[in-house]
Amino acid sequence: MPDGTNSEAFVAFDRVQKSYDGETLVVKDLNLAIGKGEFLTMLGPSGSGKTTCLMMLAGFETATHGEIRLDGKEINNIPPHKRGIGMVFQNYALFPHMSVGENLSFPLEVRNIGKAEREQKIKRALDMVQMGDFAGRRPAQMSGGQQQRIALARALVFEPELVLMDEPLGALDKQLRETLQFEITNLAHELGITVVYVTHDQTEALTMSDRVAVFDDGRIQQLAAPDALYEQPQNSFVAQFIGENNTLRGTVTKLSGDQCVVKLDGTGEEIDALPVNVGKVGDKTVVSIRPERVEFNPDLGPDAHTLDAEVKEFIYMGDVFRTRLKVAGRDDFIVKTRNRADQVRLSPGQKVKIGWLPQDCRALDA
Amino acid sequence: MTSATDPDAYTGATPDNAIRDADRAEKGPVLAADGTPLKASLARSLRVQKLRALGLIAPLLIFILVTFIAPIADMLFRSVENQIVSETLPRTVQELERWDGESVPDEETFRALAADLMIATELKNHTRLGSRLNYETTGISSLFRQTGRDMDEVGEVYLDQFVELDEAWEEPETWMTLMASDDWLTARDQWATDKEEAEAAQDAATTAEEAIALEFTTPEPDFQLNQISQEALPRTASIYRQFAQVIQSEDEDSPAEEEPWAIVYQALYEDLTAGRGEGYDGEIAGLLTEAREAVGSFEEVPVREFFLEEVDEDWADPEVWGTIEAFSSPYTAGYFLASADFQLTPQGIERQPEDQQIYGLLFQRTMFMSLTIMFSCIVLGYPIAFLLSNLPVRTSNLLLILVLLPFWTSLLVRTSAWKVLLQQQGVINDILVWIGLVADNNRLELINNQTGTIIAMTHILLPFMILPLYSVMKTIPPYYVRAAKSLGATPFTAFRRVYFPQSVPGIGAGCILVFILAIGYYITPELVGGTTGTFISNRIAYHISSSLNWGLAAALGSILLALVLVLYYLYDRIVGIDNVSLG
Repeated sequence: MPDGTNSEAFVAFDRVQKSYDGETLVVKDLNLAIGKGEFLTMLGPSGSGKTTCLMMLAGFETATHGEIRLDGKEINNIPPHKRGIGMVFQNYALFPHMSVGENLSFPLEVRNIGKAEREQKIKRALDMVQMGDFAGRRPAQMSGGQQQRIALARALVFEPELVLMDEPLGALDKQLRETLQFEITNLAHELGITVVYVTHDQTEALTMSDRVAVFDDGRIQQLAAPDALYEQPQNSFVAQFIGENNTLRGTVTKLSGDQCVVKLDGTGEEIDALPVNVGKVGDKTVVSIRPERVEFNPDLGPDAHTLDAEVKEFIYMGDVFRTRLKVAGRDDFIVKTRNRADQVRLSPGQKVKIGWLPQDCRALDA
Repeated sequence: MTSATDPDAYTGATPDNAIRDADRAEKGPVLAADGTPLKASLARSLRVQKLRALGLIAPLLIFILVTFIAPIADMLFRSVENQIVSETLPRTVQELERWDGESVPDEETFRALAADLMIATELKNHTRLGSRLNYETTGISSLFRQTGRDMDEVGEVYLDQFVELDEAWEEPETWMTLMASDDWLTARDQWATDKEEAEAAQDAATTAEEAIALEFTTPEPDFQLNQISQEALPRTASIYRQFAQVIQSEDEDSPAEEEPWAIVYQALYEDLTAGRGEGYDGEIAGLLTEAREAVGSFEEVPVREFFLEEVDEDWADPEVWGTIEAFSSPYTAGYFLASADFQLTPQGIERQPEDQQIYGLLFQRTMFMSLTIMFSCIVLGYPIAFLLSNLPVRTSNLLLILVLLPFWTSLLVRTSAWKVLLQQQGVINDILVWIGLVADNNRLELINNQTGTIIAMTHILLPFMILPLYSVMKTIPPYYVRAAKSLGATPFTAFRRVYFPQSVPGIGAGCILVFILAIGYYITPELVGGTTGTFISNRIAYHISSSLNWGLAAALGSILLALVLVLYYLYDRIVGIDNVSLG
């Protein structure tokens, strides 16, 4: 997998900056390399600059500074219609005055492709999204999910090597979204196309992508594969943003190699943690523990630290139990346990000990 | 009954379901709880709402009916209405049915004409009729006016001879006895008594105010003929009744105190020479018998000769008679024919002489100029609307105010401004000469012709194109064009194939508005159009206010209305009125 500086990357952002008003940077020093055939998702809260990056890649926005390369060629000054990049929009953007067939025919007509070949390609594209019978329909006569499939077919019909998707499933309901997530991923891998996908839905990002670029404040906070992103967040923003997370604030009191001891702010209790993003002893830190990695009354060995906790709430959620605890003076500590036959169900007011493996507790930037 | 929607499938057989099933099985109308049909029940429950809605729109509805629908209906009616001929010349029209259409009509026709014209002259209707017929054949107006002056001479010779026979014929009293019905005489006596009493009371009044309050204002009862004379002397009775009506209504006198017009004696002579009058057995039967015996030896002056020799020899012209006959029916297509450059002649429908064919040209010109103005508005308005809908809100609001500014300026001011700008010594010509594009001695004629009308009206109607375009363009999201570009379309192709088709409803709305407004425009072409830049509406206005040929004006207006409706229909068929969006 290519890293951020690989010059052979299929798509490359090289020190790209973007400002709309000349006062603030929306995108700050973006370096990103996307390999051929990769499914890369730009994930981030709204206003984090991810859509701007996509628009710069599509050619609808110009980079204020830096270089964007596609297949080795700089494309900063190439107008969008000459970039040959397929694009799927959040609101489908199917032309309302054309039928589905005409919508799909459009990118082929502007490329002067003959009628017979056009029809063949349209049919193949429609079959690809299982919408073969809909060529005569108007966009207004279809549901949102169907429209998005057509939009996808239209972005693929002229066989681009790179397809950009701007929150394409944002307007659909949950079930449909999941089906389409699966289909889009499969299609992308089958066709071997490179996809840059923008979303603010972390589940979508984790399930679909080869790699995820987490955006915040105009920068990529972490670029990693979904599992790494979830399990090894590099900073507290990523840890907070991806999945559910418990945080405890404290001060580093001991630091040695891949282990450190953090003294918690509330109670002064000490815990073991994996130093990921801490400088030196005495620094403030935020430790992050996933709710499903916490154990009640743990048996983790002699030198493992445990914490005292008081059950505040017990929520039955079917497959899992959620227990809210008061830990180190804060009562928003969540523990997730699987619904097993032998699983204890705690009731509010109960006092328990909790603990975790040191490597699951990551000491991050404060 | 085991379908999925069967209520029994969920609830088991319940009494309610059974009733519903039975209802459905009978396939009768669905009934409400009280047994009335559901439709009637629904209608009743909605009635109050409907009445309230009607009440809310009632003021506008009435206003529209009174000020808009009614005048339009009246105008449509006027374009075919032609009762003036048959109402003013009833006898003549009837006599002309026998006319062969070529020769000079016979004595009977002239006698009818004399009677009709005498009455018309007294009622001052003959000039109106003359003007009406003058639209069709020039010269009739003056012929009628002049003839009217001579009408009281008709029958004078008989008046003299009747009076010579017995002076009683001169007395209004004799005529009363002969013509008036008993009922009327009684009513009139009563009225006369009332009047005397009132006058006596008025004389006795002590103050002026009291006298005024007591003034007797009841008019004499309307004259009524008696049955016997009506049957025995039909012509005389008919004329006498009209005479009495004119005396009562126009002169506010009493027929009981006025000597009849000569024409009445003429009619009496006609009746008696025709052998009528024998059936009369009233009080003055003796007098009448004497007269009937004497008329044979009266000196005869044929009315026909009097007309042809004394009044005007034009009465020998079959065209005059033909015109009267052609327009004798109460409804006519004449105005519409005239609007289409045809004319109704005694020989049938004919094309107008070439030098008088103006309406076809005017309609063509109106269409041409309206279309030109419409297209100019599209060409000028489209880019502005595009700009308006794509600029940031603050800028576009400012521009919109500039677009709307002309609306807040008087139409006359705007048009007059164009006069200042466009005239040969005007601002635009001055600038062109100063730049050197135009020679000083060869300044452009930009006003008082078609160019002027098109320029000024394009400016005036431009907002009506921009606003619907803007409102449609504002609803076209920018991502369509982006999508087109991302699919490989050049900016021009993206515009042509994606943006433009979506803005067509706005163009349609703008075109309809501008075209319909333009086709009926009046003030601007009147002020800047000169002779070559005027519309059909200017001609309509001319007929309404100058030539007073309202029938023709109405016909032209009706054609204009029909034209607009036809175009609207065609537009609906081709573009579809559902595709028109006014925002």
